[in-house]
Amino acid sequence: MNIDDKNNSLSVELDNVRLRNPTMLASGILGISQSIFERLYRENIGAVVTKSISVSPMKGYPNPTVIPLGGGSYLNAVGLSNPGVDAFSRELSHNKNIPIFISLVGSSEKEFSRMVKTFDSLNILGYEINLSCPHVSKMGMEVGDDPEAVNKIVKTVRMNTSKPISVKVGVGSVDVIELARVAIDAGANIITAINTLRAMSIDIETMMPILSNRIGGLSGNAIKPIGIRCVYEISKKLEVPVIGCGGVSSWRDVIEYMIAGATAVQIGSVLGSRGPRIFNQITKALLNYVENKNLKNISEIIGIAHKY
Amino acid sequence: MHTSIDTRRIVRIEEIVSETPTVKTLVFKDDLSYAARPGQFLMVWIPRIEEIPMSAMINFKEGYAAVTIRKSGVGSTALFERKEGDVIGLRGPYGNEFALGKNYKKILIIGGGTGLVPLLRLASFAIKKRLNITMVLGARSKKEVFFEKMARKLLEPVRSSVKICTDDGSYGLKGTTVDIMSTLLRNNTFDCVYTCGPELMMKGVVDLANKNSIPVQASLERYMKCGIGICGSCCLDSLLVCQDGTVFNGKQLSKMLDFGISYRDKDGQRICYS
Repeated sequence: MNIDDKNNSLSVELDNVRLRNPTMLASGILGISQSIFERLYRENIGAVVTKSISVSPMKGYPNPTVIPLGGGSYLNAVGLSNPGVDAFSRELSHNKNIPIFISLVGSSEKEFSRMVKTFDSLNILGYEINLSCPHVSKMGMEVGDDPEAVNKIVKTVRMNTSKPISVKVGVGSVDVIELARVAIDAGANIITAINTLRAMSIDIETMMPILSNRIGGLSGNAIKPIGIRCVYEISKKLEVPVIGCGGVSSWRDVIEYMIAGATAVQIGSVLGSRGPRIFNQITKALLNYVENKNLKNISEIIGIAHKY
Repeated sequence: MHTSIDTRRIVRIEEIVSETPTVKTLVFKDDLSYAARPGQFLMVWIPRIEEIPMSAMINFKEGYAAVTIRKSGVGSTALFERKEGDVIGLRGPYGNEFALGKNYKKILIIGGGTGLVPLLRLASFAIKKRLNITMVLGARSKKEVFFEKMARKLLEPVRSSVKICTDDGSYGLKGTTVDIMSTLLRNNTFDCVYTCGPELMMKGVVDLANKNSIPVQASLERYMKCGIGICGSCCLDSLLVCQDGTVFNGKQLSKMLDFGISYRDKDGQRICYS
């Protein structure tokens, strides 16, 4: 399982934190258990992002909540199920060396400030603010589509922590670059792009929507070109580190996102077919790529596409 | 045409067998479920109500399979109330399977309640290998005993024995499945013990097998949202029941801090078995 990267040729710098490689777990996938985080770390992951945590525990929607659509694409409306800030803070309380970003979701400044105050003494790298979950009312994208609310929430988180803050943006009604700019101006250090896209699937036999919430978010292969476009545009216009996310299922996708401008790349849906070992496989392949391309460090490819 | 296990199949319930007042078996035709390996599960969609993981039950007709449901939560109650002719959706089968070692000759199968479902499928595979099978069916009392006839019919072609036990002694032997296992181990050697049922029962079986250095495998159950390694709801320590299980061996189980102790509820909080 060990990756021999003596020259740290895969290490990347995200704001002021260094990751041993650019692979990250996308929020919403497997993100509730410290033991699972440790397993992913043994699989050579660069960093994990937890499931989005809210002040109070949330049960989420009834099943079906996740639908494999075939072709490596998925539809979900899990409904932000999570154990809440207090239980989750106990879950992570013994974390020593796992690089963790906690994803936060909420409706008001008060909720975000309560969460950051609780989490900030834990051994974590930083935060990712979820402003883009497309299927829960008064949270996620409904906040992200309101630039004034985004400004206030990011400022509140900034006031309560000195750790890096990433804001996860999605394709909603507000232009993704505008939203990213508001977040950066309010004190965010990193932008994560993108989240799932609002989508739906209907069973033609019963003529019924399959998700209990009817509408959910599309992830996986189908959305990768949209993610690449957003990362390219955001990283070109704003001089901040961007974390790419959306439809990454192989090392080639990681490289493509980095060429588009991503400093690190999140991986999620593909775990449904490949399991946690995908991180080890991708990391090994990235090392090969770096050697074949004669790069000192993988960071050399970040944003190369901006030239064209 | 080859159908992917992820493709949702809509199937009609062709037959309903009442096993006890709170347990029913729903029979349907589905090639992928028919071919399920022992220990694998289906994600069963009750349209507009729920989707729940269910072990794939055998049926004697070619191309057919079933699910056996105990009425308890929203999803299982809705499934329990389906009528013949109603439709349900299926995806899967997912997960790993009970392994039958190449040199195994004599095995012990211990189950309780709906935990017998994957074990009957296991027995159907073990019969093809002409193994000597001892099967213990446990229940709290006489009215909770089911699948006895099916187990006897299934095991008829091979050297086998079916033992029924009830906690209160109202039917069969008096005692728990672990008590019966303990007695059996005194006069028999088994190549492997297979178990599925209430987790505390499985914990007892696994501990006793480990203590006697007998290989043991258990099929575990957890709440699941996705069934395919995405949601993380079914984690025990660092393993996922859906993707790494449902079957785990004695070595894995003896290291698991969650086994027989705790599970995750719908919001992901760790809850202890009382």
